[in-house]
Amino acid sequence: MSIVVCAEQRDGSLRKITFEALSAGKSLASASGETLKVLLIGSGVAGLADELKKYGADEVAVVDNDALANYTADVYAAVLAAYVAQENPALVLFGHSAIGKELAPRAAAKVDCGLVSDCIDVTFADGDYLFKHPIYAGKAIGNYKVAGPVRMATLRPNVFAIAENDGAGAVVDFAPEIPASKVSIKATEMASSDRPELTEADIICSGGRGLGGPEGFALIEGLADALGAAVGSSRAAVDAGWREHAAQVGQTGKVVSPILYVASGISGAIQHLAGMGSSKVIVGINKDGEANIFNVADYGVEGDLNKIIPALIEKLKELQ
Amino acid sequence: MKIVACIKQTFDTEAKIVVGGDGQISDEGVNLIVNPYDEYAVEEAIRTKEKDGGEVVVVTVGGDKTQEALRYCLAMGADRAVLINDPVLAGAGSYGISVALAKLLSEKEAGFDIIFAGKEAVDDGAAQVPSRLAEKLDLAQANVVTAFELSDGKATATCEIDGGSETLEMALPALISAQKGLNEVRYPSLPGIMKAKRKPLEVVTLADLGLSADDVAAKVELVVAELPPARMAGQRLTGEVDEVVAKLVQLLQDEAKVI
Amino acid sequence: MEFAYTDEERMMLQMARNFAEKEVKPIAKEVDKEHKYPADNVKKMGELGLMGVSVPVEYEGSGMSTICYAIAMEEISRHCASTGVIMSVNNSLACDPIKIFGTEEQKKKYLANMASGRKLGCLGLTESNAGSDAANLSTVAVLDGDEWVINGRKIFITNGNEADYCVLIAATDKSQGHRGISAFIVELDNPGFSVGTLEDKLGIRGSSTAELVFEDCRIPKENLLGKVGKGFKVALTTLDGGRIGIASQALGIARAAIEDAAAYAKERVQFGKPIAKLQAIQWMLADLSTHYEAARLLTHRAAYLKDQGQPFGKEAAMAKLMAAETAMKAGTQGIQILGGYGYTTDYPLERYFRDAKITEIYEGTSEVMRLVIAANILN
Repeated sequence: MSIVVCAEQRDGSLRKITFEALSAGKSLASASGETLKVLLIGSGVAGLADELKKYGADEVAVVDNDALANYTADVYAAVLAAYVAQENPALVLFGHSAIGKELAPRAAAKVDCGLVSDCIDVTFADGDYLFKHPIYAGKAIGNYKVAGPVRMATLRPNVFAIAENDGAGAVVDFAPEIPASKVSIKATEMASSDRPELTEADIICSGGRGLGGPEGFALIEGLADALGAAVGSSRAAVDAGWREHAAQVGQTGKVVSPILYVASGISGAIQHLAGMGSSKVIVGINKDGEANIFNVADYGVEGDLNKIIPALIEKLKELQ
Repeated sequence: MKIVACIKQTFDTEAKIVVGGDGQISDEGVNLIVNPYDEYAVEEAIRTKEKDGGEVVVVTVGGDKTQEALRYCLAMGADRAVLINDPVLAGAGSYGISVALAKLLSEKEAGFDIIFAGKEAVDDGAAQVPSRLAEKLDLAQANVVTAFELSDGKATATCEIDGGSETLEMALPALISAQKGLNEVRYPSLPGIMKAKRKPLEVVTLADLGLSADDVAAKVELVVAELPPARMAGQRLTGEVDEVVAKLVQLLQDEAKVI
Repeated sequence: MEFAYTDEERMMLQMARNFAEKEVKPIAKEVDKEHKYPADNVKKMGELGLMGVSVPVEYEGSGMSTICYAIAMEEISRHCASTGVIMSVNNSLACDPIKIFGTEEQKKKYLANMASGRKLGCLGLTESNAGSDAANLSTVAVLDGDEWVINGRKIFITNGNEADYCVLIAATDKSQGHRGISAFIVELDNPGFSVGTLEDKLGIRGSSTAELVFEDCRIPKENLLGKVGKGFKVALTTLDGGRIGIASQALGIARAAIEDAAAYAKERVQFGKPIAKLQAIQWMLADLSTHYEAARLLTHRAAYLKDQGQPFGKEAAMAKLMAAETAMKAGTQGIQILGGYGYTTDYPLERYFRDAKITEIYEGTSEVMRLVIAANILN
């Protein structure tokens, strides 16, 4: 019996969530006595198998084919389903990334199995797997069991610790029939940025209405530069047109789990907290002492962000 | 054109979540709304009809109260609604919902050109039903769509992906899941509200669809729900800017150890 | 007797609440602070059919019940009393009299234009010497050939600065007292008309309160509304209906104060616990909520009777009386619950307090309401 991790790669490099899923898979495999296998799909990706070995993969099944150079949900789901039919794993893990969010349910429908999305914890106890995931925008947490034989789960990025664990990493080729995709990719536009991606970032600096205008984000960017952070925004700033929607953190934006979240000029409305409430450490900077952000911030700085942020940037530069 | 919009009735996003003694979420006194992302789907469906002609059918799985959500969509401008209402499906998850909807759309409501759905529901945040449906109906699919165009039976959709966007092209029939920003959702006008009363709203059971309880039996079971650990207010720093900043940096380094 | 909402009423509630939260709320503070007429929102409301809620569909209205109107009024006013009164005046004080007393031609033109939102209306009744004593008019209308010639000044007219039409109440025969008063429809792009003083007010600052100046203002004789000498009846009938609108506005203001104060009380910690745990605060909110619910029932009952074609003047007066006094009390206690913070402009409680006051005054003061109710009971 096995646990399968569906690896996610982009442009020839494995995404961080794959290592998180592998680490989670490894600890589950140890608990349940399963073998840990990885399915690696793409074109010219065979070389990535070595990296997967480092995180505990006992076996890496490589599906390397020109037709798989660009990800499309229908084709990748078909490949995964074929692998599942062959392996009959007890559990299949994905990242809850943009790809995972559509690949997992598409595969689950093909395999006709249950899927728990956006898990923040998966454990094995009393002979069964238990999945934990936040519901109602994090206002509650659900604990779920999935009826077998195959279970699938997507894991929330930045939550599962990455642990190195040498595995046998035996590479096998898997060559199923590859159908043609019903969609064609016309264009791809990646946001050019040296900054880490919001859902993967360890540190995020966000700005809100208290910045007073789009220029205020220059302060946030300066702070993000000093911390090597991603830049996020509250809904108010996005609605006001000061920042694009992709930067929005919150109930109708992105859910993030950084180690450090610095919220400047953000009141801390419940809808915003829904997006960053699981940050390890929260710092709030706001001139309004009654702002709700202070009810959840580990460190609340009450004052004028226009003075505090520049001073903070200076202080951080001194440390470097 | 036959345009389908799949919706879900969910708790109001402001609702306070109460976990009952049985470890399940209580829906007592909770205000129910059309899932916000599904509103974008219904809006896009109506716009497509306004541009290219046809009819908009809104479908959902739900209970008696769900009729209100469907009437709201009819008031917006949808033409017909179908509600799959069966006690067996009460509290159904993504699996049961997608099996029921797929059966409806492959038989009774077959012959559609395009299906719009919201990218995810704000209650479970699973984002499964649109993709499950696309797979079961063997459809081309574009998810988390922020821009959509239809011409000569070909759909072009811009999808949000991690770190950027991708534009996909596909022939119909296809399934599109809507992201915020795809369009601006209209308010139902008062005349629209008055007309909604007279538009057809059909209620069907599992038996009507030719499905058994086994067909839709849940694969995922909620064992127990709990409230998350409350985040408490931490330390408050006030005073001279330089002092406060120095203190903050020291705390982040030595105490929190995050920098 | 049914206390449940109909399907339309529930949809109206959801739609109006959505619209109010997304479009009205975000600019409410600015509308008040800058005394800014919310033109964009009024236009959107027109397009949605909110400016002629109960006007029949054949005159481009929405053909909905007065209860639906009351519900919509309350939801809009909950976030902005200024936007609420602009809507109320157009619906109740301008559309309604034409709907009830107008000729077919007048309805096809004026009613349709206002119900659709293309044009805005107002009621020209009040004068400097004719407030509660509404029949004491000095504005005169004299028939000269094919035209009525109007001379006089109206004051405190809501929507006066933006209105396209005015339902004007003027004296056609002063010797006859209230039987010498007639009603007219005046198109305000008229060389004989100009807007005079614009009042600077305590509240509802986003709506204009204007002086209307008529100097040899000539209008076609077809613009007589109803019959000569029956104008006072037009005014009183119109005000009866208007009271349902204002009662709903007051309910919205009251609810705003109650909801905001309750939310604050749950967060504000003093003496180690949220002040919501203190009995003094609990009793204030309990009393306010009870009066709000009672006033709401009165308002909806008056609306129901109006739609049934039954007399509703007493009930409308009761509704406005109670809703207005509740709004004032809620505004006052709302600030009190927020303490010092309630007194600052950072919180909207002080705006609710300022907006509430006018509901005890216009469209019939609370004193006049008591006279109307007493007259009904004691006759």
